[in-house]
Amino acid sequence: MLKDLFKTKPKYITVKSERQLEQGVDAHLEKKDIPDGLWVKCNRCAQITYHKDMEKNLKVCPKCNFHFRINAKERLKLFVDEGGFEETEANLKTINFLNFPEYDSKLKKSQKATDLTEAAITGKALINGIPMVLAVIDFNFVGGSMGSVVGEKITRAIELATATKLPFVAVSGGGGGARMHEGIFSLMQMAKTSQALNKLSEAGCLYISILTDPTMGGIFASFASLGDITIAEPDALIGFAGPRVIQQTIRQTLPPGFQTSQFLLEHGIIDMIVQRKDLKSTVTQLIKFHNTEVK
Amino acid sequence: MGSNIGPIFEFEKPVVELDKQIEEIRRFSQEKKIDMTAQITAMEQKLEALRVEVYSNLTPWQRIQIVRHPKRPTFLDYIGMVFKDFIELHGDRLYRDDPAMVGGIAYLDDIPVTVIGQQKGRDTKENIYRNFGLPHPEGYRKALRLMKQAEKFNRPVICLVDVVGAYPGIEAEERGQGEAVARNIREMANLTIPVIAVITGEGGSGGALAVGVGNRVLILENAYYSVISPEGCASIIWKDASRAAEAAEALQINAEHLLRMGIVDEMIPEPLGGAHKNPLEAARNLKETLVNNLLPLLQLSGATLLEERYQRFRSYGHFSVK
Repeated sequence: MLKDLFKTKPKYITVKSERQLEQGVDAHLEKKDIPDGLWVKCNRCAQITYHKDMEKNLKVCPKCNFHFRINAKERLKLFVDEGGFEETEANLKTINFLNFPEYDSKLKKSQKATDLTEAAITGKALINGIPMVLAVIDFNFVGGSMGSVVGEKITRAIELATATKLPFVAVSGGGGGARMHEGIFSLMQMAKTSQALNKLSEAGCLYISILTDPTMGGIFASFASLGDITIAEPDALIGFAGPRVIQQTIRQTLPPGFQTSQFLLEHGIIDMIVQRKDLKSTVTQLIKFHNTEVK
Repeated sequence: MGSNIGPIFEFEKPVVELDKQIEEIRRFSQEKKIDMTAQITAMEQKLEALRVEVYSNLTPWQRIQIVRHPKRPTFLDYIGMVFKDFIELHGDRLYRDDPAMVGGIAYLDDIPVTVIGQQKGRDTKENIYRNFGLPHPEGYRKALRLMKQAEKFNRPVICLVDVVGAYPGIEAEERGQGEAVARNIREMANLTIPVIAVITGEGGSGGALAVGVGNRVLILENAYYSVISPEGCASIIWKDASRAAEAAEALQINAEHLLRMGIVDEMIPEPLGGAHKNPLEAARNLKETLVNNLLPLLQLSGATLLEERYQRFRSYGHFSVK
């Protein structure tokens, strides 16, 4: 019995040294998922918060406003009206057509961990009663990377928005960029998704791209960068090349705050940073500006 | 042949050794005035057979070594050998001129074209100036500017692609590398002129696709086109970049794979042992294939060109529907 007590001991208390916290790059790469347990220690301010309070605060630290990662299902729950999501293209399934090493086990692991079939969920959504086509990418599924299914789902979602003249909203969080396990076909998804946006534009539809932590590589260098309006959540890591790759290439320390939402705003790459709690109302407002039928 | 043009690869050593032996025997026979023609001829035949054997059975990794050979013809080498009257046009009109991305107007036979490529250095000094052929966002924006200009004057665009990747650096991120790549891809898909992309060397991920959305995509025999470098891939899966050869096989990034998978339309033959062994021959093959592919495209309307290109990229992906 005593042994059992030890077993249930929470695993989340891993205290980082001050130095590790100070290192810009590593702090950003720090896992921003909230571990299970009663208490959560914030990555940034190191303050400890009761888990339930953190959940209530949409996984944002109540002390310093640090935005932790949330998964796709949590995102839908928080962003879409209750009962207002109708999933599309759920029957598209990934196949390991290159017989790539360790891909099958990676997929299984991700499916088990996320209860998703792939890294993207797409569908028709109602947000404060406004209809739109929504795509959400989950970082926990093979790093939120884009392979054939993610590319096809995003493309079909854009095509659905084009055909039904609805706004398209994508919430990206793909740290892995293009999915190497599907080789060159993953790269081609960048072209497939990006070019579909041309037809969406011709149809006069609004596209709002929401960048969440992390949005990198092939996802950032395709549809995620092509919004009519581009929004980032605070504290997200967003960029083309990963910070480690850059550091290895230039052999210099990266400046503090490099590739954060704030950095992107300062450099003119995004339109605005919106707090998680305000995201739904901001998107609602933006769509109302563009849609005369919605009051 | 082959001994004075840069590094020699492990797999071609037997060829180089035999070549050297023949040279020595020839010198010996001249010095000593002994007729050894028969022996030399026999050895030369053997050399030719060995050459074919070694270079016709290259592994994916050996081909990648060949495309990274420092003497492999670069964009400006091909410009001189394939095109006529090239006039370089500089700058993105927004920030600066990126020497890693070169573009301008030229004639292909008698057809005026816009030609764009990434320029690797041919020595250390040029490599530093050209940033090893790794473009910054302004490079991609210059390329797009020239493509739009070509569209205005109904001029075909030819992109020769030889890029390890878009540059991963602080300034590149500050100036929006991701956006620059994304915009190029999207805008290229919308061009109403013929676009031909040829992977002439390294087709490195998004940095290559950003100049690679073509009506025709062609590839030189030893070139590769990949979502990630074999080294990068190996260090992710096996935490060991030295297993790049295995990663290259797994990724299926060589010309023959890409042709089989429908990513490229045609493979352009290189001289035995790689384009650097005989740049003129490589350039001749490139030019012939370019012309053959461009002529039918010139017959198509802008709308057809756009739609065909769209359908090409729309079709890519493997999945099941359950």
